[in-house]
Amino acid sequence: MEEPQVTEAGPEPQPQAQKQELSQAYWSLVWWKFKKNKLAIVGAILIFLFYFVCGLFAEFFSPYLVNYQSNHLESRPQPIVFKTPEGKFTLRPHVYGTVAELDLVQRKRTWVVDKTQIYPISFFVKGQPYKLLGLIPMDIHLFGINAEKYPEATVFLFGTDRLGRDLFSRIIYGGRLSLLLGLIGQALTLVLGMVMGAISGYYGGATDILVQRLTEFVGAFPDIPLFMALAAAIPVTWSPILVYFMLTLILVFIRWGGLARQVRGLILSLREREYVLAAKSAGASDWRIMFRHLLPGTMSHVIVIATLMIPGMILSETALSWLGLGLRPPLTSWGVLLQEVSAVRVIRFAPWMLIPVPFIILAVLAFNMLGDGLRDAMDPYGGR
Amino acid sequence: MSEPLLEIKDVRVEFEVRDGIIRAVDGVSYTVNRGETIGVIGESGCGKSITAKAAMQMLPKPGKIAQGEILYYRRDKFDPSKPTQLVNITELDPDGELIRQIRGGEFAMIFQEPMSSLTPVYTTGTLISEALFLHRKIPVTVGDQMSQKIMQYRPVTKEEAREISIEMLQKVGIPKPHERVDAYPHQLSGGQRQRVMIAIALSCEPFMLIADEPTTALDVSIEAQILDLMRELQETVDMSIMFITHNLGVVAEMAKEIVVMYMGKQVESADTVSLFYEPKHPYTRALLQAIPKIGRRTGERLASIKGMVPDPFHLPPGCVFHPRCPSFMPGKCDRIVPTWKEAEPGHWVRCLLYEDV
Repeated sequence: MEEPQVTEAGPEPQPQAQKQELSQAYWSLVWWKFKKNKLAIVGAILIFLFYFVCGLFAEFFSPYLVNYQSNHLESRPQPIVFKTPEGKFTLRPHVYGTVAELDLVQRKRTWVVDKTQIYPISFFVKGQPYKLLGLIPMDIHLFGINAEKYPEATVFLFGTDRLGRDLFSRIIYGGRLSLLLGLIGQALTLVLGMVMGAISGYYGGATDILVQRLTEFVGAFPDIPLFMALAAAIPVTWSPILVYFMLTLILVFIRWGGLARQVRGLILSLREREYVLAAKSAGASDWRIMFRHLLPGTMSHVIVIATLMIPGMILSETALSWLGLGLRPPLTSWGVLLQEVSAVRVIRFAPWMLIPVPFIILAVLAFNMLGDGLRDAMDPYGGR
Repeated sequence: MSEPLLEIKDVRVEFEVRDGIIRAVDGVSYTVNRGETIGVIGESGCGKSITAKAAMQMLPKPGKIAQGEILYYRRDKFDPSKPTQLVNITELDPDGELIRQIRGGEFAMIFQEPMSSLTPVYTTGTLISEALFLHRKIPVTVGDQMSQKIMQYRPVTKEEAREISIEMLQKVGIPKPHERVDAYPHQLSGGQRQRVMIAIALSCEPFMLIADEPTTALDVSIEAQILDLMRELQETVDMSIMFITHNLGVVAEMAKEIVVMYMGKQVESADTVSLFYEPKHPYTRALLQAIPKIGRRTGERLASIKGMVPDPFHLPPGCVFHPRCPSFMPGKCDRIVPTWKEAEPGHWVRCLLYEDV
């Protein structure tokens, strides 16, 4: 029935494109500012790599399976060299072999690097079978030793633990649980914190006081005893996965308060805007006003806070697991890996077991760099 | 005789604050008729907006209706054959289902500040659709029974909502509605935003539009366009308008009847012509004299009402206007509270000049 208008506005591709450009303006400004921040880009790339390598394709990138126990107990890291067994330079990486040696101090057999043996590393090599993404059966690993040619050779880049498991593979697998916990935990914190913050800020009055006192109450708890109590409350019979989710929930329960306060503050200022009154006069319910009209306005702020909160989540998991309150050994996380370093003996005789630490530091720094970059970029009109 | 839509009867709104109780609205009564425009004028803080908000049960905290009734003659929106229901709005739960149906669906409201009245994160189309999903229903003919059709109503679908949104944008005179439907509020000018507000308000075909100083924030040429638009739309959809303003020129153009308020009380009410040509209350007269006129001698000072608006905690005794009144009668005005009287047929006034005391 509006025929003339349709034909009038229809065949004008140029304003259409311009409109697209207009509504993208904010995000393109954010992107433009973000791009200029080199550190933030590095952080973003690192995080992407971490999640890609550890989170999605850990089986492919690691030469061994996570719980594969070789008979090389506490083998030293095997360095990569670029020379052939004949001693010539080559671009193909090789590893030195290891040899068993009796350690008279420890009175046990250890594995040390033997520079006379050199084995080539093969890429896309057939290895132990696994399921890619839990679905596709595969046995190709990114790198490893060709087991048919060199059945006695190993590739333990970061050495092995006291059960003979490859530390390099375990760091990659461990990153999966640690990083995923950061993500899932943060997502839940976000939901809880935003809902509570919105309710607190929008209703005000007695509701506000109640929620705020609750956050203070949770925040005032001494962390470690509370964790111990909660961890002790988890039945021993539960499966490791269930324990994992319980730990996530415990961390969320401890940490939602800070976000809730931030959201509350934002909602307090936003609810005085006239569009809230307008929505109300159009018959919108309180929930609709809170979740459709107010919370989206806090998103740019919340994304930044959330990004900066993920490292805390990862570190908490590490600390708790190290204390033996978090994940337990059949599961592998960075905290669980570090738990094995809790004896002085290990640090003295197997110092390579500390290699997970730089990875944790790297992941935490990457999130901080990304968060800082986002904070500056989300406010493209701000100073600096 | 026109049929009433909303009857405000002796309403008193009180705000209980730390220093005491403020009577923001004190004994106001007026009637909005179907399809007619009523203008409510008065200076800032005289309670004109609060009265309108009370009619929608949208009083800001800690305000409450302490006395009086707001009667709404509710017709069924989808079935005009049903008898008119009488709803007392003052008795409704401010968060209840019924009042939320009335808000937006039957009474719509537009505000002074078009700049901040649209949620910035949604496109105009989404904003209009939101109201449509809440209130608008599409009639479906289910079947014929003899000569009578059986009708049913279903909610609008997404595609229909978009179509109606475009149609509404076109109705309120936004150029290129097909593109503007995807525009965010910050991409629109002030006048366009106010048009979008009107589009949202009218999209659900309300019985009454409460326009709370809709043109105050706009420049004069846009103001004229918006007023024309409102009048045009009123003719096509047959709705009442409660027009709240402090601009006498605007209200003269728009309203059929006018209520003048001062300090929470209505001081005069009449049809537009007699109010402007024969103002009875000294306050109304003073207001009319304060309008700048073309052709006046340059250098002449603009008439103003002497004195200040009194402190709401210490209202003067007797008539609240007496300290500023040019016709102040000592011994009378500062003692006796004037009553609401019909000075001439259809012309009501609250002033001792028209009372025998």
